[in-house]
Formats: sequence, C-alpha cells, structure tokens
Amino acid sequence: MLQDKKVIIIGDRDGIPAPAIEECIKTVGGEVVFAATECFV
Amino acid sequence: MSAPVVRGAAYILVHTPDMIMRYGTTCALEHEANPESEFLKKLPEYVRSYEEVVKYAPNQAYIGNILPDILNTIEKPWYKNLIQAADAEGKMGEIVSQDEFYAAIKLSDALDLVALEKDFLIEIKAKLAKKSLYTEAELAKLKEGSELSEIESKVRGGAEPLYMGSKLVGCVKAAHDKDKNLTAHIMVENLVTKASGVIALKNLIYRNNIPADSIEYVIECSEEACGDMNQRGVGNFAKAICEVAGATGATGSDTRGFCAAPAHALINAAALVKAGVYKSVAIVAGGATAKLGMNARDHVNKGVPVLEDCLGGFAVLVTENDGISPVLRTDIVGRHTVGTGSSPQAVMESLITKPLDKVGMKITDIDKYSVEMQNPEITEPAGAGNVPLANYKMIAALGAKRGDIDKTSMPSFIKEHGMPGFAPTQGHIPSGVPYVGAAREMIMSGAIERAMIVGKGSLFLGRMTNQFDGVSIIMEKNTGREESTGAVSKEEVKEMVAEAMKDFASFLLNGKQG
Repeated sequence: MLQDKKVIIIGDRDGIPAPAIEECIKTVGGEVVFAATECFV
Repeated sequence: MSAPVVRGAAYILVHTPDMIMRYGTTCALEHEANPESEFLKKLPEYVRSYEEVVKYAPNQAYIGNILPDILNTIEKPWYKNLIQAADAEGKMGEIVSQDEFYAAIKLSDALDLVALEKDFLIEIKAKLAKKSLYTEAELAKLKEGSELSEIESKVRGGAEPLYMGSKLVGCVKAAHDKDKNLTAHIMVENLVTKASGVIALKNLIYRNNIPADSIEYVIECSEEACGDMNQRGVGNFAKAICEVAGATGATGSDTRGFCAAPAHALINAAALVKAGVYKSVAIVAGGATAKLGMNARDHVNKGVPVLEDCLGGFAVLVTENDGISPVLRTDIVGRHTVGTGSSPQAVMESLITKPLDKVGMKITDIDKYSVEMQNPEITEPAGAGNVPLANYKMIAALGAKRGDIDKTSMPSFIKEHGMPGFAPTQGHIPSGVPYVGAAREMIMSGAIERAMIVGKGSLFLGRMTNQFDGVSIIMEKNTGREESTGAVSKEEVKEMVAEAMKDFASFLLNGKQG
C-alpha cells in the first residue's frame, strides 16, 4: 500500500512517536519525507 | 548512609483567568493572526469563576483534600458535578485567587519591575493579612502601590498589563531596553514561575511545620528560563525562590528536562541525601503562563469550560531517614537511555520493568503507578485522549506479556494499580510528582506499600534532538529501622573471623592463646 509513496508522519508522544512509525514505514517501501513527534499535553 | 525519605509535599493551584488571553500561547498567537476570530470573542463566556475552580474535583485531588481514586466515584463531566463543600485550603496546599497572586508576584519582584495600583493593593494587603502564610514584614514589602495613571503610562510604553476582569490593576515592565531575554513578556513568565514556586515552597514549610532555615538545598525544576542576552536560561530560580520563601539556610540550582524534570529532581534530591551531601533537599516548581488555555480552542468549540485556567506548583521535601516517612529507593531507578529507542514498549520497559527486574520484583509488587497524570477532561476534548489510561494500558500489557498478570485481569490491574488523571496540563506539573503527596499519605496509613513515580519528557520539542526522555523511582513504606553508621562491614567480619581462627590455631599449636 505504501510502496514508493511519499509519507508524512506526525507522531504522538503519548501514543506512537514518529521514529517508531518511520521504522515501520521503511519496511513496506515508503519514503518518509517528514517525520515529527508532537506533544499534545 | 541514611535512606532518603519524603518528609512532606505541597501542591498549589493559582486561578489566573485574566492571564489566559494575553499570556497563554494559544490565545496570544490567535490574537496576532486573527484578532477578530470567533474563538477569541467566545472565550470569555467559557472562563470559570474562582468558586467553580475551587469546587472542581480534580483540583481538590491536586491540593490533597481527596485522594485521586475518589474521582472514580464522581460522575463525569466533573466540571458539571462540583464538590459543593470544597475548600480552597487543602491538606497539602491551596488554590490561590488571581488578586492574591498579583501580590505574590510583587513580593517576588526583586528589581521593582512590578507596579500594582494603590487601591487594589490596600484591598489585597487586608486579604493577605488574614492568611498565616505571610508575615507582617513580608506584607510591608508590598509598599503603597502606584497611581493608575502611572500604570497606564507604563503599559503604553510597553509594560505588560495585569488585569482583574477588564480593570487594569498593575503592570510588569521590561528589565532592559534592548535585551530580548529581559522583555516585559519574559519577565512576566519568569516572575509568575518564581512567585508560584514561592507559594508552593511556603506551603511545604508551613503545612509540614518545617523550620524554613533547615532546608539545605533546593532544586527548581520548572519549564521557564531566566537569564540575559549573554547567558540565556542560566537560572537560578531555586535560590531566588529560597530568598523570598525564607529558606535562608539553602542554596540551590535549576534542573531542566521538559516534563521529566521533576522526576529527575526527585532522584537527584534523594541521591544528595543518600550520599550525605545535604540532610534536607527540597524540589520545587512554579507554573507556566504559556500553557494557560492551551486547548481552549477545542474546549470552546465543544462547549466545555476553559479548564486550563490555573497555574500549577508543587514542592517536595526529601530528608534523612526519620523512621516514619516513605523511603525513596535510590537502588531502583528506571531510565530511558539514548540507546533505548522510541517505541512505546521500549520506553515503558526502560522505565517500569527493567528497574523491577533488577531487584526481582513483579509489576504487581507496585501498588500504584504515578505516570502522566493529566486530567483527561482537559485532554479528551482536544483529541489527545486519556493520557494516564494509555500509560496504564501499556504497563498492564507489559505485565501480561511477562506473565506477571493474566491477560483477562488487565482491566482490574489498571483500576487497582492506576488512578484517574487529576493534574492541570502545566507541562512538568502532571508528570509523576502530583501523586507523591497522596502516595506518602497512603503508604503511611497502610493503604499501600509501594508506589512508582514515573516522569516523561518530550525533549524533541527543543529541536536539539529527536530523543524522548524519562526516569522513574520507587517510594515505599519505611520499615522504621534506622541504618546504623556504626554497623560492621562484611570485610570487617571476615577480618574478625580470620583473627579468631589465627588465635585458635595458635592455641592448638602452642597450647595457649597468642
């Protein structure tokens, strides 16, 4: 689904942070163009 | 070496409804971008009164009048089901009104940057005189106040205004005409942090009958930065707070680490006492104006009151073992290291299970976990979910994975070992430390044996790293057995046995003792 797609990641400090999502995206061939973790509290 | 104990804890809230619009970042940014927005027009209708803030159950839990678990028995939304018999004075602190707080800011003003209108000051002095927290000598420092025209002139010249409703009652001016780190706005932020820290430390001293001059060291752990253009953020809030709070026997320093700073400070304080460097170390933090009304846009859109209307503050005193107060286990400390990684499982393992494994404890050996204790009524309307519950779910899942608990018992584990969030979203304030006072009370009453205090911090927001951070420490029941400094060490016992054996051998060989 994400093969060769450009991906923007907004992670959540108290959910799944961006670096963890990024690792997953890489395994399915997606290209991460931006990744940041936000804190909503 | 003496085991460090939690000798006391204090928690304060400051209701600052008229600081939300100007000093909270959400409203301030909206003012700049869209001054005529519907949000800004509607916001005043959703601001709570001081009485409503006092009667709000999570606030009563924060100042120690009810235990956090009691919130499970109060129907939600809590802002509609107020505790009618609530008191602004708490077992562990108080809820301060805005007018009193403006006077506290003036008391914390070492360089005459704050001006308060003279009639307003007369009223406040009379109000404060009835409180035992302030001495006559302290109130005398408030002086006579300024003419309104003088304050209006300063505000026109760039000073930041202090309002009670629509009435201008004071201002804070810049501390330098060119230094960007000493602007009027930054001086407001820093004086607010200092003043609320002073109130927290005073409450700690007053409510626990601690001689102010017995505190030897103070670690301040808030989220603000004081300094000038040549040394931004160098501190030292700690000593500045000690000076005003009367802790004349103390020096101190500031510890920073986003929301994790208080947990770091607690561990540092415990370590300093354990090592014998100081006998009595306080950790203290004031509140952050920037976070006032942080989620107000969502609250207003959903018809919820602006619940982020209070500054938070706290102070905890760590001392040598008194044989009664709960012990801080410096040998069971969890830490998120650079190599830990950022997956939620790795984070929780580093903070929760690794330190437990070190001493052979199970997840169920901790009676209560204090994690990110944000009040869910604030975060859920903003889409940030129930933060404490998310943390408890992860701890329970780890417990099930390790076989400490059965998967089917995860909900009951969460209920028993967790608690509802009750702290204001003031960044560092909700992170682990809000429960230290209640944990002390519950451990000393025998309700629980042991609690884990977990602090987490979003370091990545500082744009210096993508790292997350966190540390944890355990508080547990004091056995009452004081460690003896004159105890015989293992090596000494070996030497004594060897000496006795030598004498015995000599006796056998020579027929007499040598």
